[in-house]
Formats: sequence, structure tokens, C-alpha cells
Amino acid sequence: MIEIDLKRLLKKQVVGERIFLSLSFLALIVVLSSLIVLIIDVIADGHSRLSLQFLTGFPSRKPEEAGILVPLVGSIYMIILTGLFALPLGIGAAIYLEAYAPKNWFSSLVELNIANLAAVPSIIYGLLGLELFVRMMGLGRSLIAGALTMALLLQPVIIIVSREAIRSIPISIWEASFALGATRWQTIRHQILPLAMPGIMTGAILSFSRAIGETAPLITMGALTYIAFLPDGIFSPFTVLPIQIFNWVSRPQKGFMVNAAAGIIILLIILILLNSLAVWLRNKFQRRLNW
Amino acid sequence: MVDKIAFEIKDLNTWFGETQVLKKITLTIPRNHITSIIGPSGCGKSTFIRSINRINDTIPGFRLSGSVVFEGMDIYDKRVDPIEIRFKIGMVFQKPNPFPKSIYDNVAYGPRIRGIRDRVLLDKIVEESIQKAALWIEVKDKLAKNALSLSGGQQQRLCIARALAVNPEVLLLDEPCSALDPISTGKIEELLLDLKQQYTIIVVTHNMQQAARISDFTGYFLLGELIEFGDTARIFTIPKDKRTEDYITGRYG
Ligand SMILES: Nc1ncnc2c1ncn2[C@@H]1O[C@H](COP(=O)(O)OP(=O)(O)OP(=O)(O)O)[C@@H](O)[C@H]1O
Ligand SMILES: [Mg+2]
Repeated sequence: MIEIDLKRLLKKQVVGERIFLSLSFLALIVVLSSLIVLIIDVIADGHSRLSLQFLTGFPSRKPEEAGILVPLVGSIYMIILTGLFALPLGIGAAIYLEAYAPKNWFSSLVELNIANLAAVPSIIYGLLGLELFVRMMGLGRSLIAGALTMALLLQPVIIIVSREAIRSIPISIWEASFALGATRWQTIRHQILPLAMPGIMTGAILSFSRAIGETAPLITMGALTYIAFLPDGIFSPFTVLPIQIFNWVSRPQKGFMVNAAAGIIILLIILILLNSLAVWLRNKFQRRLNW
Repeated sequence: MVDKIAFEIKDLNTWFGETQVLKKITLTIPRNHITSIIGPSGCGKSTFIRSINRINDTIPGFRLSGSVVFEGMDIYDKRVDPIEIRFKIGMVFQKPNPFPKSIYDNVAYGPRIRGIRDRVLLDKIVEESIQKAALWIEVKDKLAKNALSLSGGQQQRLCIARALAVNPEVLLLDEPCSALDPISTGKIEELLLDLKQQYTIIVVTHNMQQAARISDFTGYFLLGELIEFGDTARIFTIPKDKRTEDYITGRYG
């Protein structure tokens, strides 16, 4: 009796599982194929333009002479500067919230607001950057003002992933360190941060790769679309890849469309590199984190 | 009787959130002796010894009333720095919790945060501590290996070595032998008997024979209360309380 019921039940579950599996597979196919079509399309349009000349060329009114060097360098500068500002600030805030902040209504409020800030449209950060860094602090429409704006934009995400990484360290590690007479800071510095760092870096890099594609806040705070020279310091005006691509797309000549496609390929390559770095970091340290 | 007192604990109550875990614990723990804490699972043994080095402080929702006086100083006094307490009172936890670092760095961590940088001295401390914890032969060729690669019992002995490396005055051990084979258990027991010349030792154990073998005093906990405390030989031969008798004769539950 019981055996028969069990069989029927099992069969029902198997059918249910098959349906679920097919549905998720279908969803995956839809997403993947549109992505692949997009990539193929871009490559088909832009591959002919990929050359050393394109990579090292300055802007030009003639599409076949225009190059991507200035925005490429601008984007790379931007990532590095943004990281320099965003990481210490974000990790510091996460450490404070996880290890020092008293658990009261105020910290709950801060917590809630960080989650909210992560959902604020990026253009708002651009407006904030324009007012705060460009005007009030008088930094002008410079790389540093752009990087500070980006750092603000990334702050909530970096805080959230860092807290997650810190919280994933078992309480027994804190206790082991405290029991030996270590202070809170010694424990964080010598035990917790080294263990949480891979997780923090993985999350941070993924958020950087989002930031590289951001255009709105930088346009709002005043990045230029046409610059004929490389940035010569952090106070120099700048442009970045997505802005350049946007600029090319909006030109009437067919040649600029090709340039835009080629620019997108470069942008995609950078994104893939960054994401692989994140995956590599995660795998490298994952084994050490099993206890 | 005992002349020197290490801990004077009075009316100790503790709570996790709304749940009271220890109730009006009052006892005196002598210096340079081994005191064992016995009792059924969940009766509050861990909570008790974790209250002695203020490690429970780090648990959200933990509250405590009463006093724990160590060498004349109330360790829960506002002016007392818990760091200072933990410098003097070392602890080995119920679950082995080595740092996911090398064996060497585990043992050297305590001395290092006390400012010892001299490599030769550190080497010496590390070797001596691991020797004492009866682990040296097994790990002497792989000190640079990750401590998590050790077996559970080896990890527990490493944690003992780590606690010894900072030379505390008191050693709290929460079931230090629960994951050990009889031979290592014997070595740890020998070690504790050795150490009591210099240290005050409080050990939680589920092993009644162990309590009887090594401890000078025994406390029996039940449901958060200290049912009986006294000379080990007396507790195990003529317990005053019926509940203690039931427990040590295996009639509990
Ligand atoms: N961090 C905590 N938060 C909430 N309750 C806790 C916490 N730690 C312990 N308790 C509760 O306190 C009671 C006593 O726990 P404790 O760990 O002290 O028991 P124990 O005597 O050490 O048991 P065992 O022999 O199983 O180790 C238990 O009911 C437990 O649920
Ligand atoms: Mg316990």
C-alpha cells in the first residue's frame, strides 16, 4: 500500500521538477540568446574598426581617423581614482556598522537609508556631485570631481557587500581573538579583514564594472564629450568610454556608428576582464574560507 | 581548607534576551587548584565559564547581574577593561576555533598582540606551548600549514597551546577533551595537573571520571542553578543533594 503511494508521489514530484526545469531553461535561453545576438551584432558592426590606430587615436571629425585613447585612459583613471576613494570609505563604514555601532534606532535608521541610497537613480548622484564637488568644493569638471561622484554612487553597494563579507566570518573567530586579549581593532585588522577581503573585493569589483558603464552622473556633473588631449592630472577635464560611445552614436555619419560599435567592444572587454578578476579572486580564496 | 581565593562569585544571574540562564550562582574558586564544572547539557556550564572572562559581553542581548570578583577586583566593574581581564584569564572554547591561518601564527598571535616581535623568542614560545599541549610531535614539521587542515582533536590541542602561549593566570577550559582520544586526553589531564602549580584552572567536563581524576573541587549545575559545590572527593562519595547523587550515579533523566 504505502509503497504504491510513495511511487505515485515520487512520479508527481518528478513531473513537477521537469516542468520547473524546462521553464528555467527557457528563461535562460531567452536571456542568453538576446545577449548573444547583441554581442554578435556589435562585433559584426565594429570589428573592422578595431586596430592599434583606433586604440591610440585622438578624436577627429573624420570617423576613420577618430580614436578612443582619450576616453579609454579617462575610464581607467576613473576606475582607479574611484576605487581609491570608494574602497577605504565604504569598508570603513562597513567596519563601523558591523563592529562598533551600538544596535539602536539610529543605526537601524542608517542601515535603512543605506539600502535606500543603493536604489537612488544615478543621475541624482550626478546632481549632488555637480553641486558639492564641482561648485562648492571648486574642483571643476575634473577627473577628481567625477571620481568622487562615482565613489558616492558606489558607496551604498560597497558598504552592503563589505558588511555581508564581514558578517560571514563566524563569531567564533572574533571570540578566539578576544579571548586572547586582542582589542576590537586588532581582531578586525589581523583576523576579520584578511578573511573578509576576498568577499569585499569581489563585490567591489562587480560594482566598479557597473560604474564603468555609467554615463548619466558624469554627464550631469559635467564630463565633456569632446577632448583632444589626455588628462594630465587629477584636476584635468576628462571623458569616459560610455560618453564617447554616446557621442558617436548621436552623430549622423555612418562611420561614427562603426566607431561606436568598436567602442562598445572595448568596453565589453574591460567588463569581462574585471568580472573574471572578481571570479578569480573568489575562487582563489574560497577554499581557505571553508571551516 | 584553601587559603588563597581566585574568584569570589556572588549572586550571578545571566540572561540571553528574556531568558534567564544562570540563577543566583554563588561560589568561591580557589587559586592554584583545578575546579571542574559538571552538569547535563544546556544547564549553563558554558555560559558560566564564559562569564568569567567577559566573553559573553560580545553576544547581543546578554545581560548579567551580581558580581565576579577576581583577585579582589570586580571584573564587571565599569572601570575594568575587559581586555585586561582576558590578558590574565585564558580560555579554550567548547568548539575548536583555530584561526584559518598557519599553525605557527595561531600560537604566535597572542604573544604578537602583546608586542613580542623577536622571532627567536616567538619560535621558543610557539614550540613550548605546542609541546605542553601534547601536539608537538604531530605538527613540528608542518608549522606553516593551515590550522584547519588538522583533525578536530588536534585543533583543540592547538587551541590549548594558543591559550598557554600568553601565559595567563587562569585557564578556563570548556570540555577540552570531548574530541580527543584516550591517549591525548591522558596527556591533557597530566598537563592540567602540572599547570595547577602556576595556574588556576576551571574545566567544564561531561566526563565524570575525568572530574574525579583531576579536579580538587567540583560544582554541579542543573537548569542554571548551582546545586552543589565542594571538595571533589566528597561530592563523588557523599553528595549532600539528592539531585547530585542521581547525576553522578548516572540516574539523571
Ligand atoms: N548565545 C546564546 N543566545 C541565546 N541563548 C543561549 C546562547 N548561548 C546559550 N544559550 C542558552 O543558554 C542555555 C545554557 O547554554 P550553555 O551553552 O551554557 O549550556 P551547557 O551547559 O554548556 O551545555 P552543553 O553541555 O551542551 O555544552 C541553553 O538553554 C542555551 O539555549
Ligand atoms: Mg557548553
